[in-house]
This record gives sequence, C-alpha cells and structure tokens, in this order.
Amino acid sequence: MNIVVLVKQVPDTYSERKLSSGDHTLDRDATDAVLDEIDERAVESALQLKEANDGSEVTVVAMGPDRATDAIRKALSMGADKAVHLSDEAIHGTDAIGTAKALVKVLGTLEGTDLVLAGNEASDGRTGAVPAMVAELLGLPSLTHARELTVDGGTVTVRRETDDGVTVLTAELPAVVSVNEKINEPRYPSFKGIMAAKKKPVTTLTLADAGIEPSDVGLSAAWSTVTESNPKPPKSGGEKVEDEGDGGSKIAAFLVGQKLI
Amino acid sequence: MAVDRLLPTQEAEDLLDLTRDLADKELATRVEEHERAETYPEGLFATLGAAGLLGLPYPEEFGGGAQPYEVYLQVLEELAARWAAVAVATSVHGLACFPVATFGTDAQKERWLPELLGGGVVGGYSLSEPQAGSDAAALTCKAVAEEAGYRVTGTKAWITHGGRADFYALFARTGERISCFLAPGQVEGLSFGKPEEKMGLHAIPTTTAHWDGALLETDRLLGAEGQGLQIAFSALDSGRLGIAACATGLAQAALDAAVDYANERTTFGKKIVDHQGLGFLLADMAAAVDSARATYLDAARRRDLGRPYSRQASVAKLVATDAAMKVTTDAVQVFGGYGYTRDFPVERYMREAKIMQIFEGTNQIQRLVISRGLAR
Ligand SMILES: Cc1cc2nc3c(=O)[nH]c(=O)nc-3n(C[C@H](O)[C@H](O)[C@H](O)COP(=O)(O)OP(=O)(O)OC[C@H]3O[C@@H](n4cnc5c(N)ncnc54)[C@H](O)[C@@H]3O)c2cc1C
Repeated sequence: MNIVVLVKQVPDTYSERKLSSGDHTLDRDATDAVLDEIDERAVESALQLKEANDGSEVTVVAMGPDRATDAIRKALSMGADKAVHLSDEAIHGTDAIGTAKALVKVLGTLEGTDLVLAGNEASDGRTGAVPAMVAELLGLPSLTHARELTVDGGTVTVRRETDDGVTVLTAELPAVVSVNEKINEPRYPSFKGIMAAKKKPVTTLTLADAGIEPSDVGLSAAWSTVTESNPKPPKSGGEKVEDEGDGGSKIAAFLVGQKLI
Repeated sequence: MAVDRLLPTQEAEDLLDLTRDLADKELATRVEEHERAETYPEGLFATLGAAGLLGLPYPEEFGGGAQPYEVYLQVLEELAARWAAVAVATSVHGLACFPVATFGTDAQKERWLPELLGGGVVGGYSLSEPQAGSDAAALTCKAVAEEAGYRVTGTKAWITHGGRADFYALFARTGERISCFLAPGQVEGLSFGKPEEKMGLHAIPTTTAHWDGALLETDRLLGAEGQGLQIAFSALDSGRLGIAACATGLAQAALDAAVDYANERTTFGKKIVDHQGLGFLLADMAAAVDSARATYLDAARRRDLGRPYSRQASVAKLVATDAAMKVTTDAVQVFGGYGYTRDFPVERYMREAKIMQIFEGTNQIQRLVISRGLAR
C-alpha cells in the first residue's frame, strides 16, 4: 500500500503566536516551529498501516518555507520512507483553497497512491478544510475526523467523531482520510530513526516543478484578506460574585450574559 | 530553560533534543505521582528503550548507539533533571551491560548484547551484600562449579531494580576469589526481598536477592574465574560517571526551580533574587552546578580518548554529588517554608540527592581512591 501523509509545520503551540505587522500573515520566524501534533498522529497511523501491510511505503508531503524540512525530518525519523517538499517563496500567504490546489498538484507527482492521510485541522490556521478540499479536487472519497482507521483489502473504514456524534464510514481505496487527536499516541522517533532519516530521500519542488500556476497560490490569490489585527487583550481581573444565598443564580446569569449557556 | 550544552556532533544535538522532548512528556509528567505513591512506572523503560536510550554508549554492531561518554552522560543528566530514580536506573542498566560488553567473549557478546542493548530489557548490578558495601571484597555469596554450571548460594543486597530487572551482573565468590556472571532475572532458586523503604527514589525498587542453589550455565561466567573484582571496579569507574551526571541533572533541576521562585517571590518590597544575601546563594548554586558538569565532562572526554580516567571519575562523582546535596539543600532554603512542603519539588530533590553521595562507592570511598592515586 502506498500511503501519503500531508504534514504541516506550525508554530509550537506552547509559544506565543503573532501575526506579522506587514501582511497579517503568521509570523513564522517569531516562534519555534514544530511538526503539527495532529500530523504526528497521521504519520503514526500511516506507520501502523505500513507495519501491518508488508511492502507498504509512507511518503510525507509538506508545503512550506525552507525550514519546514525540520518537520519533514521529524516524520522521516518516526519511520516514514521518503518526502516531497513544496518550497517556493511564492506560496507565502496561500489560503486553504490554494493550499488544497497546490497539494493536489504535488500528489500528482506521486504514482500509485492508495491512501492520503492528514490531520483534520492544523493548530495554526485551523480552517480544518484542506483534507476535504483535497479529496474533492482529486475526486476521491473524503473520510474526515477519524478516531479509528482500518484498511482491509481495498476498503478503508473509519469511525468519524465530531460534536454531532459518531458515524462509521467506509470507502474503496484510493481515498483521503483525516484523523482527529484521539486516533493514537504518536511514537517518539528513535535515535536510530533520527540517524536513518538523514539518508532518506527528500524531493524539493518549486511551483514550476509541480506544475502549479503561480496565480492559484500566494496572498494575492487568497479568497479572504485580513485587513487589520490586534493582539488579544490581556486577561482582566474577572468578576467576583458574592454568595448571599443566590450565588448559583448569579453565576448562571453571568454565563447567560456571556452567551455561554 | 534548556541547558546550553557543548556537543561534539549534530547527531548528539539531535539525540539531546529527542531526550528533552521525551523526558518532558514521559518523565516530568509522571514523576510526582509515582514518587509519591511509590509505584513502578510500568512501560516507561520500554519507551526509553524503543527510543534507543538504553544502549547509547555501546557499539552499533550489537545494537548500541555508539555514543561517546561525553554525549551519553548528558542524556543521563537530562533524564535526571526530570526524574532522578529513572535516570539512576538507566545508568545502572548501562553498568549492568558493561561486563558482557567489555569482558565477554565474542560468542557471549553475540549471544547477549543485542538483547541487552535492544531496549526491550533492563538490567541490574548486584555487587553489594548486607555486610559488604564499601568493602565489596568481603562478599560471601558463593558460586560453586559443577558439571552443569555454577550453583549460586547467598544473599545480595541493595539491588537497584531488584526483582524487576530482566538480568543482573552478579558478583559471587568462586573459591578464594570473586567472579562475575550474567544472571537471568528469573531462575529457579532466586527470590527477592520486599523493596527497601527508602528516603527517595521511590519509584524504582531496591531489594535484596536470595540465591538458594540456583544454577547458572557455565557460559554465563564473564571474564576469567577470579577476575570479578577487577570487572566490578572497572565497571564502577564508568558507573560513577553516570551517577555524577545524574547528580548534576538533579542539581540543575533544583537550581532552575530556585531561580524561578526567587524571581517571583517578593519580600521587603523586592524580588528575593534582588536581595544580595539570597542572590549570592543562588550564584554559589549555579557555580556548583557548572563545576559539577565541567568535572564529569572532563573525565568523560578522557575515557572517550582511551586515556586513564579512574581518578577523574572518582573526583567527578565526589564533586557532582556533593554539589547536588548542597544545591538541593539550598534550593529548599530559597523556597523558605514552602520548600519544606511537598507542594514544591525541592524537598524531593534534597532527599534524592542524599543517595548520590552513598551508592556506587560512598564519597569517603571516592576520597580513598583519589588519595591512593596520590600516595607515592
Ligand atoms: C538506594 C540504593 C541503591 C543501591 N543500588 C545498588 C546496586 O544497584 N547495586 C549494588 O551492588 N549496590 C547498590 N547499593 C549499595 C551501595 O553501593 C552501598 O550501600 C554503598 O556502597 C555503601 O555500602 P554500605 O551501605 O555497606 O556502607 P558501609 O560500607 O558499611 O559504610 C558505612 C560508612 O562507613 C564509611 N566507610 C566505610 N569504609 C570506609 C573507609 N575505608 N574509610 C572511610 N570511611 C569508610 C562509608 O563511607 C559510610 O559512611 C545501593 C544502595 C542504596 C541505598
């Protein structure tokens, strides 16, 4: 089975994230960058499938600046076999739709893909739409929010879990599956895996290499524009409720006021 | 804040990154619970092993990580900064592999090392006896040669990971002299006492072992018959470096906690770090941690170059463990009354530091080794 995992490098969720003052895109240099944790889970799923199916191969695909190679290395050191990195100045500022279009082109450079895996939502942009858009553009079944994933012969089955409930989906391969944070616990890379990763092939593609139209990507092609941004106001002191026998109703009234209940 | 380390290779940088990541997620999150409840961290050594951290200083051809001591010890230090008991047990595992790796025949290495270094098992080191700690040569546990192998009878004491380990480097008397064996963790005639009730290192058991005529196959003898003490002491030279690194990591953790606290707590209208009397205490703590690290790294680099390092290992063990005791005690002082409670980790650090001055040769014994080297 040929499995492709779409991975993204994101700012470490433990660091303070900022938008750059110029074009209101994410200031990627201001923070530590890591392989998104949800993508680690997607890689883990791919590796588990590989281990269960002899002769499988796991390819990671990433789109991002040069330093996204670190995220790619992480995936390779966990055990993925090879990687394709779309790296081009011109992709800066690309929105979800442009990203999906570009990824589809990159996927087109790979042959015989049976399963495309991804995290269901990146922890930075949080649009949560790319996997489904990729499936749509490829004309493949889209199985999102998987908390369980099995492949049996040519059939993929997932337990899809969202706030609306649990559904069981099946589809014939090839298909696109996005996983949620409950799918598994990703493994640590081993020291040997880290060493081996340095020797694994990473293909770097420019827009032209992948056959992507420059007009489809970048900030100028984005369907939405951020015109202004402000940092979150600092935490205020909050509101103290004195309990004079009616504390419960006061708290309820507060929550109603905040539209929380 | 991460320690700014001088590492020899990119490979070593990557290894330390992996170690910190794993230690933050798997050790720092579980240490309180297990140290308090005195429960064994099930599965944790398998995780360390799968990441390749249980065979680091041994050759690649047998499944080790082929890392110099300079790097391996800094890995131990990072583990110890999160969880001393786990770091000590990791160091002891390395010590337990030493006799096979260094004194085993090619056949013995091929037979056992891949398993010992593979990460799926942990080892213990069984030299001490109730009446023979500092004076290891006074041990009485016997291994009597028979046709089928060696029959072992006697009582061993103070075994880190006792009853839990998958194998032990065992030292026993064969006639007049002492020999070293690679003993399995379970064999008929071997039983373990109930874990000692210790001041610290609660998550890893320390037990006695009772050998009641258990049989060890002949080829479990490592080195020549009678070579045991030489093997034990040469293993301990390396082991002491491991303990020095663990002590340094522990001291670093105490320093970090104290510095954080001193920058938050205010008295008399200013942060306590800004009171010179306390700032100087912190300065001495930082100096002690840095010199502990420098001292063990000097010994490690000598070992890595194949130079004699026994004396430097003893100096490192002495300096680093005394530093850990001082720094952890002072960290409690920095926290004031809060330091004396279990709400903060510094009281645990102080309890954990004490053992470092005792095992793998008490600090009196280190002075004995050092002074013997000075006598003409
Ligand atoms: C938690 C823990 C884990 C341990 N793990 C292991 C293990 O995995 N494997 C193992 O084999 N052992 C282990 N030990 C044993 C440890 O190494 C011994 O306790 C230590 O070597 C001291 O021996 P002892 O307790 O018999 O003290 P003793 O040798 O009785 O010493 C008592 C005191 O006398 C001092 N003293 C002794 N001789 C001299 C001298 N010649 N000059 C000056 N002072 C001297 C000592 O420094 C000490 O202060 C462990 C011990 C503990 C507490």
